[in-house]
Amino acid sequence: MTDDKTKHPEEQILQEGDPETTGHIWDGIKEFNNPMPRWWLWTFYATIIWGIGYTIAYPAWPLIQGATPGLLGYSTRAEVQEDIQTFEEMNAPILARIAEVELAEITPDANPDLYSYAVQGGAAIFATWCSQCHGSGAAGVQASGYPNLLDDDWLWGGTIDDIHFTISHGIRNDDDPDARYSEMTAYDEILTDEEIASVVQYVRNISGQEADATLAAAGEEVYLNNCAACHMDDGSGDQFLGAPNLTDAIWLYGGSEEAIEYTVRYSRFGVMPPWSAEASEAGRLSEAEVRAVSVYVHSLGGGE
Amino acid sequence: MLDYVKLLILGLVALCAAIAASYARDMVYMVHMILVMVTAAGLFIWQLRRTGEPVVPVPTHEYMDGPVRAAAIATAFWGCVGFLVGVVIAFQLAFPQLNFEWTQGYGNFGRLRPLHTSAVIFAFGGNALLAASFYIVQRTSAARMWGGGLTWFVFWGYQFFIVLAATGYVLGGTQGLEYAEPEWYVDLWLTIVWVAFLAVFLGTLLKRKEPHIYVANWFLLSFIVTVAMLHVVNNLAVPVSIFGSRSVSVMSGVQSAMTQWWYGHNAVGFFLTAGFLGMMYYFIPKQAERPVYSYKLSIIHFWALIFLYIWAGPHHLHYTALPDWASTLGMVFSVVLWMPSWGGMINGLMTLSGAWDKLRTDPVLRMMVTSLAFYGMSTFEGPMMSIRAVNSLSHYTDWTIGHVHSGALGWNGMITFGMLYYLFPKLWNRERLYSLRLVSWHYWLATVGIVLYAASMWVTGIMEGLMWREVDAQGFLVNSFADTVEAKFPMYVVRGLGGTLFLAGALIMVYNLWMTVTRGPAKAAAPAAAAPAE
Repeated sequence: MTDDKTKHPEEQILQEGDPETTGHIWDGIKEFNNPMPRWWLWTFYATIIWGIGYTIAYPAWPLIQGATPGLLGYSTRAEVQEDIQTFEEMNAPILARIAEVELAEITPDANPDLYSYAVQGGAAIFATWCSQCHGSGAAGVQASGYPNLLDDDWLWGGTIDDIHFTISHGIRNDDDPDARYSEMTAYDEILTDEEIASVVQYVRNISGQEADATLAAAGEEVYLNNCAACHMDDGSGDQFLGAPNLTDAIWLYGGSEEAIEYTVRYSRFGVMPPWSAEASEAGRLSEAEVRAVSVYVHSLGGGE
Repeated sequence: MLDYVKLLILGLVALCAAIAASYARDMVYMVHMILVMVTAAGLFIWQLRRTGEPVVPVPTHEYMDGPVRAAAIATAFWGCVGFLVGVVIAFQLAFPQLNFEWTQGYGNFGRLRPLHTSAVIFAFGGNALLAASFYIVQRTSAARMWGGGLTWFVFWGYQFFIVLAATGYVLGGTQGLEYAEPEWYVDLWLTIVWVAFLAVFLGTLLKRKEPHIYVANWFLLSFIVTVAMLHVVNNLAVPVSIFGSRSVSVMSGVQSAMTQWWYGHNAVGFFLTAGFLGMMYYFIPKQAERPVYSYKLSIIHFWALIFLYIWAGPHHLHYTALPDWASTLGMVFSVVLWMPSWGGMINGLMTLSGAWDKLRTDPVLRMMVTSLAFYGMSTFEGPMMSIRAVNSLSHYTDWTIGHVHSGALGWNGMITFGMLYYLFPKLWNRERLYSLRLVSWHYWLATVGIVLYAASMWVTGIMEGLMWREVDAQGFLVNSFADTVEAKFPMYVVRGLGGTLFLAGALIMVYNLWMTVTRGPAKAAAPAAAAPAE
């Protein structure tokens, strides 16, 4: 072997009091022959012993068929099952009653326990399934087609039974034959540009917004011939058809000239899925849950 | 003769790729085949111009540093790309409007997220590991790279893999396996490159002039071998068509999930831990100019680490379809892994005994030591989060993201920066770095960035976990998912700021390294230092 000095020009220089090295050198790097730190070694041993104990106590070692179950009989699936069962047993009687009684009877006065449960549970159901569109506070998304559920302006009716029907079957979906359905005509190729411009101004006028008076006057006839059948002569809408009230300041898709013109030309087609598992296969909620969330929505302030 | 074989192969590849591109069943495949065709045709022309020219003799008595230089540059380049994409997606999460209409399908979060993870892990980390492996194995074996130009093939082949992977993500070519997204033909290509990597590394070790194999090389070899095994098994798939990018995994259901996380966790264990420990074991003793603290500790913690890590994967699948027994074993092995992981930290930190004063004057060493601190922190956090009860709170939350980033930014990032600061003056034969003050700036920007990142993700992660599990007395969930998203907003902004600081530090580094090479004073000739003992 050649002299280490020429072989390792960058050989590390030891300091006074350094422990002995192993004698190896790689590109100048040396290694001390220090023992492993005791605390490190003992902690390592401790984790190994703990590991052995833990695998005896809990399901761990795979065998030919199945695995060792562990002394504690622990099972994540059994734990979840137990939790679910506890709540199901606790809530079963009240859920059965909610599914049975007349919807209109679930009020703070007639059935305070049912009502409080329905509002509480309905809020949780709403947070899980409805908040994606209607917002976690139920205020909807303004001018985007997601209605605000806090006000008293209802597209398809605001009585508890109306709300229950809408939630059960949804709106304009293909999954539930009972879904609420209506379709506004797209007037892009039916009316002329002038007629559209005038009816837009007319709608802005009856909703109390700034509007071009001449155009609005001309638009009245267009409105009565094309729109009044659903939105009514006075523009107050028809909840039977889901035709919105055009005279208030509440707009599902926006009340600006551009937004109204878009609606007139191309129409809108807002959908909502059906939720009742009893009514359609697409439904995810039991009757009691649909009722609970109906009571919750009805309680938000605008229920009729 | 060999030149004509090369020409033949390149010509055939270009031709086949052209045919494949014309029969392509999807856009990803077509773009990739065109890339293959153009690359092979370019290489064909390059090779043609060299054929018949007089051969320039290779200086066999010197270390082969060309690929190390190239990989060091690629590390810095891909690092900045990866960090930048990370900052972009962090702000996309805070401000969803940044998922612009015109970038839908290419630049939205879903497409950019795998681009970020792969750019950072495989492009930045992978090139850092290539540079470290090539540099360390030659120096500590006192031997030139084995295999002639094969090392260059490994480098360029790996870059081509990165390009295929990155373009695939943006165009939507993915197997849907985390950190293993590239499709089947990209996987095959990486396998070829990786086997070549193993060959040059082992070949160099075998012809070493030193009697023993240095500890850094144990770690690097375990990294190369294990990653090969993980990559091949997790990517076992049957292509739907030879002319399409889609494939069907051989495994399904919980078996597929378990294989995926066996792969995924060991990508962390062997790519980001063992490989980078190899880096640490060379560059820290070098920079500190002190011997490794304990040879015994390095043996024991090496074998314990590689034996235990491979079993820890199931902790990613607590409370899923995975059977309880597998979940218990994953957790137990993860907890027992704690001390073997810390062995590397102790050995690195204690190597500084007798040289602690250097931390005051040497920001590069400070960077390396800080990387060990983050390594120690995240290898304690990892076993803790693998405990089932803790995991029931932390799983699927941002806590996991914070954990990964304190490891990736703190440990992998900082040790790599330290390595680059060490390597650039050496590789380009410069007296010293252009500016140590800029290194200090980089150090503080990166450290503050990591702290902001990790702290904000701990806060949102734990908050989110608590909000998700909150039920009222009747068993109803209290919060909607949207509530938790809304509550996280401020912390998302903090996270984005942390990432921005980290990126700024990396850009300063690139400037500093650039100036070191172009403006730094050349080192006085020291012939003995450049020559391995033959």
